[in-house]
Amino acid sequence: MNRRSFLKSSTLAGGGLMLSFTWLSAFKSAGTTGIADLPGDWVEINGYIKITPDNTIKILNPNPEFGQNVMTSLPMIVAEELDADWKKVVVEMGPHDSVKLGPQFTGGSNSVRMYWRPLRQAGAAARHMLVEAAAQTWSVPVEEITTKGGMLYHEKSGKSGTYGSMATKAATLAVPKDVKLKDSKQFKVIRSAQKNVEGAKIVSGKPLFGLDYQQKGMLIAMIHHPPGFGMKLKSYDATAALKMPGIRDVFTQKLYEDGFEQGGFDTRSFNDLLVVVGNTTWEVMQARKQLKVEWEPAGETKDTMGGRGQKREVVVPGTLESTADQLKKMQEYAAKPAQQLRKDGDPETAFKNAAQIIERTYTAPFLAHNCMEPMNFFAHVTDEKALVAGPLQAPGWSEPTLAKLLNLPADKIEIQMTRMGGGFGRRAYGQYMFEAALISKKVKAPVKLVYTREDDMTYGIYRPMYTATYRAALDANKKLIGFHVKGGGIPEHAIHANRFPAGAVDNYLAEGWQIPSNITIGAFRAPRSNFNAAAEQSFLDELAEAMGKDPIDFRLKLLQRAKEAPVGRNNEYDAARYAEVLRLVKEKSGWGKPENAQYSRGVAAYFCHASYAAHVVDIVMKEGKPYVEKVTSAVDCGIVVNPDAAANMVQGAVVDGIGNAFYGGLTHKDGVPVQNNFHTYRMIRMPEAPKKVEVHFVQNDIDPTGLGEPPFPPVFGAVANALYKAASKRLYQQPYAPQLETPKAF
Amino acid sequence: MITLNINNKPYNVNVSPDTPLLWVLRDTLGLVGTKYGCGMAQCGACTVHLDGTATRSCLLPVSAVGKMKITTIEGLSQKQDHPVQQAWLELDVAQCGYCQSGQIMSAVALLKQNKAPSDADIDAAMAGNICRCGTYLRIREAIHRAAELQRKKG
Ligand code: FES
Ligand code: FES
Repeated sequence: MNRRSFLKSSTLAGGGLMLSFTWLSAFKSAGTTGIADLPGDWVEINGYIKITPDNTIKILNPNPEFGQNVMTSLPMIVAEELDADWKKVVVEMGPHDSVKLGPQFTGGSNSVRMYWRPLRQAGAAARHMLVEAAAQTWSVPVEEITTKGGMLYHEKSGKSGTYGSMATKAATLAVPKDVKLKDSKQFKVIRSAQKNVEGAKIVSGKPLFGLDYQQKGMLIAMIHHPPGFGMKLKSYDATAALKMPGIRDVFTQKLYEDGFEQGGFDTRSFNDLLVVVGNTTWEVMQARKQLKVEWEPAGETKDTMGGRGQKREVVVPGTLESTADQLKKMQEYAAKPAQQLRKDGDPETAFKNAAQIIERTYTAPFLAHNCMEPMNFFAHVTDEKALVAGPLQAPGWSEPTLAKLLNLPADKIEIQMTRMGGGFGRRAYGQYMFEAALISKKVKAPVKLVYTREDDMTYGIYRPMYTATYRAALDANKKLIGFHVKGGGIPEHAIHANRFPAGAVDNYLAEGWQIPSNITIGAFRAPRSNFNAAAEQSFLDELAEAMGKDPIDFRLKLLQRAKEAPVGRNNEYDAARYAEVLRLVKEKSGWGKPENAQYSRGVAAYFCHASYAAHVVDIVMKEGKPYVEKVTSAVDCGIVVNPDAAANMVQGAVVDGIGNAFYGGLTHKDGVPVQNNFHTYRMIRMPEAPKKVEVHFVQNDIDPTGLGEPPFPPVFGAVANALYKAASKRLYQQPYAPQLETPKAF
Repeated sequence: MITLNINNKPYNVNVSPDTPLLWVLRDTLGLVGTKYGCGMAQCGACTVHLDGTATRSCLLPVSAVGKMKITTIEGLSQKQDHPVQQAWLELDVAQCGYCQSGQIMSAVALLKQNKAPSDADIDAAMAGNICRCGTYLRIREAIHRAAELQRKKG
């Protein structure tokens, strides 16, 4: 199978990666992985597993690691079906090879979900081949052989052997077409808490990250990008910069030539790059300050987009945007007719006949990813080949563009995936890898491109700016008879028209509109969902109050309706699973009686990326500032592969959610991002983090789904609802905390 | 030529005196355990110890170090068995791990002065270290655990 066909199917799925069986067939052939540093006696069983005669079992992690712990959880899945002793398994990061190792994409809460079956099959197939090898060697029937902890046993004859002893023979056998997978009751590795396999390296500061990558003779490059969106380079004078110590070169470099067909993840914020190259990071930083640069408005520009669907031209407006104007424009657009995204029943009549209409509008700012490791990439490009190494979530998506830009065939390009210091969607967009490669090609040397924090924060690819107006129609008995959401954003809206409460209300309308912008946006830990969960879950809370109902009971009632007699078609969520997380969080939080009378409680639940999450948040006000003291979480992501690591991720999502809801926001003045480092972009810190986050997983046998995103969105809603109780007023704009804090901290 | 004492070893470096210690460690000496996060003493990723005191190395000119002893994450222990490292491993604190060198160095400095820090002490000592992954709860727990391990060790 070829990459292109895989890429096609992944982009067609639009956000949720779908796996085709074509891809699965890639697992059926053994062969060498092309890893250069393997000792000669490694025996290849299949793409994922290597077993040495001395019984060392090495499992490759196919997917880039950005803190979601796939480096541990994915190999655990293989080890389970292989029946290996997890303590003896050696995990290593796989090379980038989307033919042998599958899509290798970290994002969309997809890693465990998409690799679950293939990895189990890989493990089971390997085990089967070892059993077969033992049966042949010992001349006994296959069925009589059992395995445990990396050993093969034949009870009747008393024979036993290590996997290693059979590995060489096993490698000569055919890979079985169909293998039986374990029943979930037999799981020993899966569902057991296992430590991060890179933990020891992390606590001792080993070079794991892209920014740590070094090579002899390597130069450092930085890009001086325009200060604001909608601006471009007019002229520059590098005389002073070039005289600075350690400086090699200053030049301009175009990222994409005119008419270059960009793929869906080739988002560029600025195309004309002013590059400074020198020996060390500090020297380059200092020299960059000596550049005399004039910028000018770029005016309207054009991007040629390939990738998703047809080749097309996209006009990028030249406006130098300011936040006040953005808000005003959003109000204008909100009043205009919008695109209908879903309609059930007759919402117009329902609203006409309503005894009461509740209408609320919510807004949220652009958010910067602020991965703690700023964007960076190493590249060494020659006329014949290219080696690039760095933090990237989806190397396979960027590789075709890299090949085009460098004019090299894909097999002459080696992409090494380093551990990422956070990703959150930002590193799905590989333009910084292209930049590094083009710079290396130009200076004919190995180069590491480094973004400073300021570069990172002002370079674009943000969570979009959103707004939505929710309306509910109640009849004289305070029964909900109509629901309407109209959402918009810069440059895209957040509406998921087929999600709850769609399916639970007879008369339902969802509409969307968008305002084109030159501010580049992208994935951000479920960008649309985290806004929706803030707005919709606040609105449902307010609605419950207006109807005199308990917020959890109110939601459960709607979900019951969605389950028993769903309205409309294409409802994306499973109402029973959705209800279950609410029930669980109700029980575990002791809803109705907080453990501390001072606590103000809020609840929210949300479904996204195929998983369900609900939180109850307890807030106290201290000296005029809101603090989340305690959070109780209930999550249904199917089978939990590594429970403690999964709990860590939920806790992290809760903290991150509080931080972004309370403090997150990037504003603009004449195209220039107003916040450019952590003194102005406020991040949640230790004193503001909750003291307790209790995580409860729904126990079931459903194939695992994602966890990186799903627990994040409902935090926003739960926080908003608890703040309402704590501050006795509803907040409709994010970030929330500055509106309550006295004196205003930022 | 500037002579530095890092993790009890002398190093001679030939850099401009205004170079922040962070970049001397990372670029010149290849000690990349100390991280860059903001370059303006806002995030704590670059935390090292100067004579045992937690210091942000990103704003500290190398010429200002003088005879002070520098300890980096690489110098905490040979086998990741410093009580703070042990506690971090026990609680499996890290997510992406990028901020953790700085978190650990801040925690070690705290525990040096305060053998049994309260939650409020931890809040005060750790407020300068940002973690986007949101591992604060486990960091807090790990600091309490490390204090316990340290006491046991005596
Ligand atoms: S890099 Fe020094 S405090 Fe952020
Ligand atoms: S673990 Fe990722 S930033 Fe702290």
